Amino acid sequence: MKNLLTAAAVLALTAGAALAEPLRMGTEGAYPPYNFVNEKGDVDGFEIELGNELCKRIGAECTWVRNDWDSIIPNLVSSNYDTIMAGMNITDERRKSIAFSDAYTPPPPSAYLALTPDADIAGVVAAQTNTIQAGFVAESGATLIEFATGEEAIAAVRNGEAEAVFADRDFLVPFERDSDELVWVEGQDRVVVGEGLGIGMRQSDTELKARFDKAIADMKADGTLDAMIVKWLGAEAKTFAGDATGGDAAGADAVTSDAAAAPAQPSN
Amino acid sequence: MFAQCADPSALNGLNWMLCYLTSGTHLLFYGSFGTVLLLLVLTAPLALLLGFLGALAARSQIAPLRWLGRGYAAIVRGVPDIVFFLFVPIALDQGIEWLRSRFLCDPSVPVRQGNEFVVCAPAKMPLSVSPEWVHDLYGVGLAVAAFAFVFGAFAANVLYGAMGAVPRAQLETAEAYGMTPRQIDRRILIPQMWTYALPGLSNLWMILVKATPLLFLLGVEDIVYWARELGGSKTTTYAYPHGDWRVWYFLALLVFYLLMTWVSQRLIDRVAARLSRGQATLAGEALRKTGTPA
Repeated sequence: MKNLLTAAAVLALTAGAALAEPLRMGTEGAYPPYNFVNEKGDVDGFEIELGNELCKRIGAECTWVRNDWDSIIPNLVSSNYDTIMAGMNITDERRKSIAFSDAYTPPPPSAYLALTPDADIAGVVAAQTNTIQAGFVAESGATLIEFATGEEAIAAVRNGEAEAVFADRDFLVPFERDSDELVWVEGQDRVVVGEGLGIGMRQSDTELKARFDKAIADMKADGTLDAMIVKWLGAEAKTFAGDATGGDAAGADAVTSDAAAAPAQPSN
Repeated sequence: MFAQCADPSALNGLNWMLCYLTSGTHLLFYGSFGTVLLLLVLTAPLALLLGFLGALAARSQIAPLRWLGRGYAAIVRGVPDIVFFLFVPIALDQGIEWLRSRFLCDPSVPVRQGNEFVVCAPAKMPLSVSPEWVHDLYGVGLAVAAFAFVFGAFAANVLYGAMGAVPRAQLETAEAYGMTPRQIDRRILIPQMWTYALPGLSNLWMILVKATPLLFLLGVEDIVYWARELGGSKTTTYAYPHGDWRVWYFLALLVFYLLMTWVSQRLIDRVAARLSRGQATLAGEALRKTGTPA
């Protein structure tokens, strides 16, 4: 009887919510052009536009929540919000604690940015803490210094604290474009380290994951996702259509092996 | 905010600066000063109350109450503040949600599932459908609780010491007049202890003012969050691109905190003078000699 009542109550509540299921979307808000806070004080960027479109397609009412990158996974699993869209690459390490939707970008290239093209990437390298790039630098044998935000990691290169910064290429592109002093490190501007960006969710939210996967697949199929990638990440960014033709993938592979060889060079 | 700010890329010089400093993010930055002041205004009396209760408990004749009061002060003062700042909000938040889930959800479903803490939608605190300001206010509320809990323990120790510093002769006189212990506490001990407690309490207030940047750790978007966010270099992805301006933003915070402590010190000096009147202390004696009316 009691269970019946509970079930009825749950039904009544979900029936009311079915019109627009509320979803709280976690993001960092400090990783342009993926996600950032615009001059109006609202979150904006590739993932915000994409997230809002995905929410529309799965019939959810989404609000965005800003959270520090550092605690973004712990606060997801303790249910402060329901998803993460924060330029987060899908990795096996992260799969242990959270579930990911299918990737909504092709594996994004990472890059080394420095003050000179011949900077020593086996020396002191800055990266944002808890990123795949930080893990990559640590394993490469270089001295890793970590920062809470990507912007601070770049500031460390500008003030000479680090030789180079290693981060998502699409994040670094505007900095390279705007700056007279920052340049790509020779041959290290397209290093593929991730599997692509995905929506992070709690592992128990399997039904939500299925709906997001379907919406992402639909957006890939009708070309709207590629259009959004080009709009926010630039014409030279990798798209799913470009990835499928194989031309890009081969190029990326060649660079990956380059990068793998780099740490093997004698560093002292 | 202003009509001419509609297209920031066309602006330059003073106009650019004016529009930049009145952008939406800057208004949020200015508003966050209010968040800090709100936290101080709420935390200080709450911590004082907790401290007062803690001190009374520590002096209690009833042993368990005494252990509670002394244990509270000893444990909180012995553990790094930051541990409590991180622990109290999480424990409170999950405690509240767990309690609500026992009544509002199916109680047979555990809230801990693997590494996840999940309660059903109606038990969420605040609800997912609540507007954003409710979530913000709830966050500040948890922060106030954490600050009050930590600073209350220090205040308890200060007040406990102050109660012990009231001259025994004062209390004996009250006893001779036939007052009950409760009357002595209320009429003699508590009114007189403040002058002894004030130096310690004023220290605590200053430390509290300077501890507010810890709000940022609790996920509340305070002035430090915004100074870092706005000061960091901005590329042309943003409407108002600029270089690394963190030093200017943090300079502004420095001025703010100096002003806060300066105003605080002046107020504390006045309160100290007021509390010393008629006291059998050096400060009270000095006041008597200058002829300030008691």
